[in-house]
Amino acid sequence: MAETANLKDIASQVRRDIIRMVSMAGSGHPGGSLSSTDFLTVLFFETLKHNPAQWDREGKNNDMFFLSAGHLSPVYYSVLARSGYFPVTELATFRKYGSRLQGHPSIERGLPGVHTASGSLGQGLSVACGAAIAKRLNKEENFIYALIGDGESEEGQIWEAALFAAQHKLDRLIAITDWNGQQIDGPVSSILDLGDLKAKWDAFGWSCKVVDGHNLDEIRAAYKWAIDGTGDGKPKMLLMKTEMGKEVDFMQGTHHWHGKAPNADQTVRALEQLKETLGDF
Amino acid sequence: MKAKFENKGNKDTRSGFGAGLSELGKRDEKVIALCADLTGSLKMDAFAAEHPERFIQCGIAEANMIGTAAGLAVSGKIPFVGSFAGFVTGRVYDQVRQSVAYSETNVKICASHAGITLGEDGATHQIMEDLGLMRMLPNLTVINPCDYNQTKAATIAIANHKGPVYLRFGRPSVPNFTSEDAPFEIGKAITLNPGNDVTIFATGHLVWEAIVAAEELEKEGISVELINIHTIKPLDQKAVLESAAKTKAVVTAEEHLIAGGMGELISGLLARELPLPVECVAVNDHFGQSGEPAQLLKEYGLSSSDIIAAVKRVLKRK
Repeated sequence: MAETANLKDIASQVRRDIIRMVSMAGSGHPGGSLSSTDFLTVLFFETLKHNPAQWDREGKNNDMFFLSAGHLSPVYYSVLARSGYFPVTELATFRKYGSRLQGHPSIERGLPGVHTASGSLGQGLSVACGAAIAKRLNKEENFIYALIGDGESEEGQIWEAALFAAQHKLDRLIAITDWNGQQIDGPVSSILDLGDLKAKWDAFGWSCKVVDGHNLDEIRAAYKWAIDGTGDGKPKMLLMKTEMGKEVDFMQGTHHWHGKAPNADQTVRALEQLKETLGDF
Repeated sequence: MKAKFENKGNKDTRSGFGAGLSELGKRDEKVIALCADLTGSLKMDAFAAEHPERFIQCGIAEANMIGTAAGLAVSGKIPFVGSFAGFVTGRVYDQVRQSVAYSETNVKICASHAGITLGEDGATHQIMEDLGLMRMLPNLTVINPCDYNQTKAATIAIANHKGPVYLRFGRPSVPNFTSEDAPFEIGKAITLNPGNDVTIFATGHLVWEAIVAAEELEKEGISVELINIHTIKPLDQKAVLESAAKTKAVVTAEEHLIAGGMGELISGLLARELPLPVECVAVNDHFGQSGEPAQLLKEYGLSSSDIIAAVKRVLKRK
């Protein structure tokens, strides 16, 4: 198990990767990537039972992770590369012509770690449900993780999947919501208010927990709680309370950096706030 | 006609799907069936009873069903998704596009009640745009068999094909005339009758209408080459071009809109490779309406007599 201090270093490097990838590409989505960094770092470097060096798309006898909010590709690619799915140097090709690191995740060029394409919102939780059923049929005792956004939860398909997972008692499905409260056009509450998200997931028959999505110890405990709940017949939802743009002062807490790349000066300012711990790509 | 076709009794093509699925269930544990509250309509009851652990009731939530199927396929299963044609194409187009076609997941999308012969339910359910919608998607194979036996054979064949497939069939009882043991080869057109004056390329329910038309035309001394295009994508271009080169006049027949249909597909191929007169028997930019299947075929210009008229028009242009 990685120590919290070590995980903090990894998270800092992942945030540097995000800023540098988006800056070098001149486009991409830093805001939600920065809000999702801490809980994805804990997941990929501590919680997931996976074998990055011998990854295959079927995920047999491994835990599987599905990114439904495909625009979070910068953080996704960084945690994949930093945990050994593909060379860290490849992060420099993000959004470039011919790259395996497409703007939104794709399987077409065979990037290890990516099971399905995502980007058009609302679909990944359903895909995760299918993978969870397959694991159950195969009698594999692995967990299926899926990350959705709170803005994404305005999509009707999310709630179809919510009903379905509860109906089919997918208690090895652990979903995560990056509950940063922001979407492209502004605060979620002013666009299409989700109201009491915890009450909604509870009402849909899930076992749901609100978590400080930037507190590594609390995140670690939340994953343990979800795993320990296996056998209760309920899918799990971890509502990660986060801040968009976390750890970069001028990006933090606003929707303005949902899908915008920093310019050269802003990139320098952002990187000054993020310690290089594992070596930049 | 040189070939003789015997109607072994009317049967619905959806029952061919149900029979094929049931057989597959016994053969391959990887086969999973998913349905959105239309188990009886899709004739998936037998599979559901025989393999309850591999039958997944999704409820009236087709978008989630497509995604769930994609997840099963990622994990090595062979999911067969069943619903009405309108609900597994237009309704979930983006889910099919991203989670199935672009993600190259081995999902079999099985669509019943396609076309105007759905009949009394009316235009909300009579999708005639589905072949066009689905053939536009890269990576997707599109199949439209003609009768019970061929639908059963196609159902079994697509399980052995690695990659996403759209399989289209229908509700009405139509003549079952193909051989029970005829092999089904994806992408391989079947010449039902050799001829010299005109080629009729027909697909789905209209293959039988084309047989009736060809028999009438032969009585008038017109030699008809009749080809069953059961696979819309990939189109058997070689078969189309060879026959067209021989007869130099083409009629297409399908239960679909002209827009996006097989007629446009074949016309486009011929325009590029071998320009010659083509007449398309299909519906021209209209929604359908309630009625009996035979009545609707007639009213919307899809009956054997419409095929005969199209042949006569195209021969004049030859």
